[in-house]
Amino acid sequence: MTNNSDTPSPQVPTALPIHIQGLTKKYGNLYALDSVDLEIKSGEFLTLLGPSGSGKTTILMAIAGFNRPDAGSIRFGDDEMILTPPHQRGVGMVFQSYALFPHMTVAENIAFPLKLRGVGAAESTERVTAALDTVQLSELGDRDIDQLSGGQRQRVALARAFVFRPRILLMDEPLSALDKKLREQMQIELKHLHEQLGVTTVYVTHDQREALTMSDRIAVINHGKLAQVGTPHAIYNRPANHFVADFVGESTMLPLTQDGAGRLHFEEHVVTTDYETEAGRDYALVIRPERLFVIGDETIDTDKTIVFPGKVREFVFQGETAYALTSISDRHDISFRFGTDSSSSQDSLRPGDPLSLGLHREDIIIIPRSGDQ
Amino acid sequence: MSASIENEPMRLNGELLRAQGVREQRMLLSLATPALLLIVAIILIPVGWLFYLSFVGNDGQLTLEHYHKMILYKSYARVFMTTFQVSILTTILCILIGYPLAYFLAILPQRLAGFFMLAVLLPFWTSLLVRTYAWLVLLQKNGILNDFAISAGLWDEPVKLVHNLTGTLIGMAHIMLPFLVLPLYGSMRKIERDMMHAAANLGASPVQSFWKVYFPLSLSGMVAGSLIVFVLCLGFYVTPAVLGGGRVVMVATQITAILENQFNWGAASALGVVLLVATILVLYLAARFLKLDAALFGKH
Repeated sequence: MTNNSDTPSPQVPTALPIHIQGLTKKYGNLYALDSVDLEIKSGEFLTLLGPSGSGKTTILMAIAGFNRPDAGSIRFGDDEMILTPPHQRGVGMVFQSYALFPHMTVAENIAFPLKLRGVGAAESTERVTAALDTVQLSELGDRDIDQLSGGQRQRVALARAFVFRPRILLMDEPLSALDKKLREQMQIELKHLHEQLGVTTVYVTHDQREALTMSDRIAVINHGKLAQVGTPHAIYNRPANHFVADFVGESTMLPLTQDGAGRLHFEEHVVTTDYETEAGRDYALVIRPERLFVIGDETIDTDKTIVFPGKVREFVFQGETAYALTSISDRHDISFRFGTDSSSSQDSLRPGDPLSLGLHREDIIIIPRSGDQ
Repeated sequence: MSASIENEPMRLNGELLRAQGVREQRMLLSLATPALLLIVAIILIPVGWLFYLSFVGNDGQLTLEHYHKMILYKSYARVFMTTFQVSILTTILCILIGYPLAYFLAILPQRLAGFFMLAVLLPFWTSLLVRTYAWLVLLQKNGILNDFAISAGLWDEPVKLVHNLTGTLIGMAHIMLPFLVLPLYGSMRKIERDMMHAAANLGASPVQSFWKVYFPLSLSGMVAGSLIVFVLCLGFYVTPAVLGGGRVVMVATQITAILENQFNWGAASALGVVLLVATILVLYLAARFLKLDAALFGKH
């Protein structure tokens, strides 16, 4: 809707949806992918997020056609692609290693897919120049690959991946080799580029922060299965299970008990919630450290806030934020993270100091407790 | 004045550190001394001596007659022609056999590749003479290959496979193969899998991927291996002597003949010197035009 004006030619759709059904890949007895169903919408930026070995890269490789799944269907729009060889899939890809051809210059690398498609010399030059402009490397077309810095290589790889106007763009941890500052800058640039190109983008990363920063939606993967698919907001604020709550963001998890009336308790605290809970199931309370706040002498409306009186066990200053591990009972500690400021008395918390922490009831996150925690 | 210099942080212990650096360098150099002496003793001095001999006539006077004869008699030119012909053909044969072999090894899992590499290297550890005579047994008129081919109906009469160029090339290619496969395999192993994925992803068919990406990236190893094979072939003696059966006369064979028949050190030395110069010329040209440094020692 919003980027109709950027669409270069209205006849050709700039993006395609990807429908994945029952995608299964076994390595020996191990399921790298266990019947994965995933709908990727036309033009969206979807991130596959998971720890190493979770199967996220396997999905990407299957979309690109580099591995042969044992079963499943991958459709681009209406076209079944599962048997199509990689060079006929027409998807752009940015590799973790960049995979730039060292025997070609920057411009030759970018022109490579155009040459294969029989694009004429004049148009090819024009498009390579435009692609170099887009990634802000206009001056470097004649350079050899080994004369480039890591960040520049990343941009060349990107330009080469979109120069032939693929309707699907895949990225396999493209920023993992860059240092933190450059990585954060590139995250924003990639996001802008995606908005500009309007192409369906599937992005793989193990960095949850990166996923939250860039994505329209995130698919969290663990052990070859989708753990949760949703917007960054939903993934962070409403994690569906222990794995997602633990993997995305910091959290403290407290076991809850259920009374006869179906209400949830953590020790003496009643945890009221709008989550639908089933009787007889075990639940846990997930607390994001930054959602806690210090309670002083003021009176608190306990209908709206849970109060955890406790004691500081450990205090760590980390620059823009500080972190206090606070024990709230004999068996449980919670982490509390807060913004620092030079005048604040919180900046000098010492182990043993009393500290009462509050949590607004709308910040309560409940997850089912599975047997394996 | 002097106080300010001593206080300059750059100068603190500067002299001592510099002296230590010099000492270390000298020590490293002294480690190389035995090797340097050895090279001087077994290469430079004998080669220098040969060089000198090539200018000494049978009467003990300094002369250019050995070189003059080489220009005068066509047989010498033919020997050099044969030498280059056999070397070039052997190199081409090695590439044709060795490239697919190295590729096969490079795509195998590391452990399996190690096993097959052993199979390539095993003949390497067997005596050169044994291998050459083994080929004689296989290829001769009533040898195993002819017997088999005739009984299988491939051909009716024994084909002459040895004591000629064919036999020489078969034997030479077999012996030289590892010298090509090793550097080629090395450069192929270095080609990342992602390179081929990227080529396919960008729209290259398997054939296009090979010629536009894989082959250029394996070229450095191929050039290095080919040069090693070619240069080794130029001075090769045993195999052409045995399998050529006197019909394939290369420079090394000719040198032996001159020494055995005429005991003419001068003429033999002159041939050796010309061969050496030719070899150096080939390497020089290769270095000029093929970026040999990159091929032999890896880029940068």
